[in-house]
Amino acid sequence: MITELGHFALILAFMIAIVQMVVPLIGAQKRWPGWMAVAEPAAQAQFFFTAFAFGALVWAFVTSDFSLRLVTLNSHSAKPMLYKISGTWGNHEGSMLLWVLIVALFGALASVFGNGLPQTLKARVLAVQASIGVAFFAFILFTSNPFLRLSVAPFDGQDLNPLLQDPGLAFHPPFLYLGYVGLSMAFSFAVAALIEGRVDAAWARWVRPWTLAAWIFLTIGIALGSWWAYYELGWGGFWFWDPVENASFMPWLLAAALLHSAIVVEKREALKSWTILLAILAFGFSLIGTFIVRSGLLTSVHAFANDSERGIFILIILAFFTGGALTLFAARAQSMQARGVFGLVSREGALVTNNILLAVGCFVVFFGTLWPIVAEMAFDRKLSVGPPFFNAAFTPFMVLLGAALPIGAMMPWKRGKLRRTLYKLRYAFGLALALAVLAWAMQTGRSGLGPIGLFVGAWVVFGAAVDLWGRTGSLGRLSRLPRADWGKATAHAGLGVTIFAIAGLTAWEQEDIRVAQIGQPFTVGAYSLTLDSVERARGPNYFTTMGTVSVRSSGKDVAVLYPEKRDYPVAKMPTTEAAIDYRLLRDLYVVIGDQQDNGGWTVRTYIKPLANWIWGGCLLMALGGLLSLSDRRFRVAAGAGRGQAGTVKSTGVAAE
Amino acid sequence: MTGLKPYFSALTLTMVLAACIALLPTFSAAVQPDEVLSDPVLEERARDLSQDLRCLVCRNENIDESNAELARDLRILVRERLVAGDSNTEVINFVVDRYGEYVLLRPTTTGANWLLWAAGPLMLLLALAMAGGYMRARGRDAGAEGETGLNDEEQARLDKILEQ
Repeated sequence: MITELGHFALILAFMIAIVQMVVPLIGAQKRWPGWMAVAEPAAQAQFFFTAFAFGALVWAFVTSDFSLRLVTLNSHSAKPMLYKISGTWGNHEGSMLLWVLIVALFGALASVFGNGLPQTLKARVLAVQASIGVAFFAFILFTSNPFLRLSVAPFDGQDLNPLLQDPGLAFHPPFLYLGYVGLSMAFSFAVAALIEGRVDAAWARWVRPWTLAAWIFLTIGIALGSWWAYYELGWGGFWFWDPVENASFMPWLLAAALLHSAIVVEKREALKSWTILLAILAFGFSLIGTFIVRSGLLTSVHAFANDSERGIFILIILAFFTGGALTLFAARAQSMQARGVFGLVSREGALVTNNILLAVGCFVVFFGTLWPIVAEMAFDRKLSVGPPFFNAAFTPFMVLLGAALPIGAMMPWKRGKLRRTLYKLRYAFGLALALAVLAWAMQTGRSGLGPIGLFVGAWVVFGAAVDLWGRTGSLGRLSRLPRADWGKATAHAGLGVTIFAIAGLTAWEQEDIRVAQIGQPFTVGAYSLTLDSVERARGPNYFTTMGTVSVRSSGKDVAVLYPEKRDYPVAKMPTTEAAIDYRLLRDLYVVIGDQQDNGGWTVRTYIKPLANWIWGGCLLMALGGLLSLSDRRFRVAAGAGRGQAGTVKSTGVAAE
Repeated sequence: MTGLKPYFSALTLTMVLAACIALLPTFSAAVQPDEVLSDPVLEERARDLSQDLRCLVCRNENIDESNAELARDLRILVRERLVAGDSNTEVINFVVDRYGEYVLLRPTTTGANWLLWAAGPLMLLLALAMAGGYMRARGRDAGAEGETGLNDEEQARLDKILEQ
C-alpha cells in the first residue's frame, strides 16, 4: 500500500514539476505576478511528494518487502539495518530517486531562502530547476522505476554487493549527489540570468553560497569515497583515476574554479561571461558524470547499470541541458558588460590564473577519461588510459597551482606589486624550502616527488598562515576577522595538507609481502609483527577468516590487529578487510591472504606515512568552505529584503 | 605461457569482462610471495612495470593489484622476461605484441596519441593567450576610462594614498 502511494507521489511530483517549469517562465516573460508566484508553492510541493516517494522506498527496504523487484535484487533479510537503509541508494533506481529528491530539495530551499531575489529572476531560477527535475522524473518513471512489483515475491533477497556494505560507502553517494545536484542551482541561476540578460554583483552573491555548499558536499563525498577505497578495496590505494572517480573529480575542479571566479564578479564586476560559462559547465560535468556511471560506457567498479536505453536517455538529457544552455550563452554572452578594470598583477589576475589551472586540469582529466572511446571510434585503436597517464599529465598543473596560490591569495585587488607580496612571504618560503631540503637529505635513493610535494604543501599551509596574520598583525584582532577570511585560509591550508600527505604517502610508503608462519615474528620497517592465530568465524551475513597480528616496536606492544577475509555466500563474493592501526604520522596496514601449502599465510604489511592527513586536509577544505558559507555577508544577503521581494535588488555592492 | 594467447582476441573481450566477476572467487590476491624475485633490483623493476600494465579481465586495475589469475600469469611473464635479461622496453614490447595496446595503462605517444599527451599543455597555452588578451583589454580600459575615470598616473597616486 505504502509502495503504491510512493509511486503515485512520484508521478504527482513529476506533474507538479512540469507546471513549475512552464507557468513561472511564461509569467516572468509577461510580468504576470500571479503566474510567477506559482513557482514557490510548486517547488515546495514537488519536494514534499518526492520525499514521500523516497520515504516509501526506504520503508520497503527497511521492512524487506521482497514483492518489490528492487528490494529483492539488492537486499537480504539478514543484512544489518544500516545497510538495509543505505541499500535504498546502493542501486541504480534508488540512487536516481535520491538524485531527483535532492534536485527538488535545492529547489525548495531556493524558494524558502530566496526572498531577496528579484521576482522574475526567482521565478526563472525555480522554473529552470524544475526543468532538470522533469527530465529526471521522466528518466526514473520511464526507464528506471524503483516501484515495480514482482508477481510472485521470493522468500529472500539477493543481497547488496558486499563491497557496498560499509559505513563509509553508506554516506558516500548522498554527499556526492548533494554536491552534483547542488551545482544544478548554479546552473539554474546562470540560465535564469542569461534569460534575464543581466549579471551583476548581486547575482554573484546569490550564486556563490549555492556553489560553495555544493563544493563542500562534493569535497566530503569524494573524501569519503577515497577513504573507503583506502580501507576496503585492498592494498590501501586512495585514488585510482577510475572513470567514475574522475566523474566526481571534474565537477569538483570546476566548482572550485567557479567559487573563485564568482568572487571576481561579486567584488569587481568582471569575468561575468566566464563565470556563467563555468556554472553551465560545472553542472554539465555533473551530468556527464551521471552519464558515465549510468551508461556503463566505461565499465568500472561502480557501474551498476549497463543498459543502453538508460544511457541514451541520459545522453539526451545531457545534450539538451548543456547544449541548450551553451546556445543561450552564445546568444546572450556579449550583453554581459564587464565594469571592473584591473592590471595583470592583481587579485583578479591571480584568480584568473587559478581558473586557468583548475579548468585545464579538469580538461586533462576529461580528455584522458574519454580518449579510449575516441581512439576506438575514430582510429580503431583499442587502448587504455590509466593512472600513469593522469599522474604525469595532471599533477604538474596542481603543482603550479600550489606554487602560485600563496602569492595570489595575498595580492591586492586591481593592481599589485609582485615583489612586495613575495617579500611578505619570505619566511613561509624559507621554512617550506628548509623542510623540503631536510626531507630530501634524510631520504636516500628515493624519488624527488616527496620533497617537491612536501615543499608545495608546506608553502601553501604557511602562506595561508602569513595571509591570515598579515590581515591583522595582532592576535587579539585575529578573532574579529570576517569568517570569509578564516574560511579562505582554512580551505587553502587544507589543500596544502592534502598535497603534503599525498606526496609523503606516495614517496615513502613501505611494503612487505610474505608467507607468515604462525608464531614467527617478522620485521617491517621499525616494527616487529607476529601472526598469532587465524580463526574462522561467522558474521551476520558472511563467513570470515580472521587473523590476529600483534605488533611490537622496540620492545613495546604497539597494537593488536585483526585482518579479515570475508565471504558473502548470498552475493557469492569474497572481500578483504584490512586491519589498520591509525596513527598521527603513519598508518600500519595489514592484509591477510590465502593459506599456503606449507601451513603459513600470505600477509601483506604496509607502512603508510601521513595517510590520515589526506582526508584530514579534505576535511579542512570542507571546514573552510563552511566558515566561508557562514560569513556575515551571505547571511545578510539571505535576510535582505525579506517580505519586500520584487523591489529590492539585494544589498549594495561595495567593490572592496 | 603460449597457452595464454587465445585469451585475448577482440571477440572475447566482452565475454572476458563478464567472466571477470566469475573469476573473482578463485581468489589469489595481487602479488604473491612465491612470485617475488630473489634479486631486489629486478623485483623493483618488475613492480614498476606491473603498475603500467592493465589486467585484461578486470575493470580498471593494473596487474600488480589485481587478484585475477590472468594478472598473476602476466606478473610471472614479466618476471620471466626480466630474469632472461630483457630491458624494460623489451618487456613492455613483448607484452604488447601478445595482448595489444589495450594492455598499456600508460598510453604511447604514437599516432594520434600525441594529441592526448599534448592536450593539457596546448590547452594551457590557449587559455593563457585568451586570458592575456582579455587582461590586456581590461588594462587598456583602465588607461582610457576606468570605472573611476582616473588615468594611470592618477590611479597610481590614489593607490599610494590608500596604502598609507
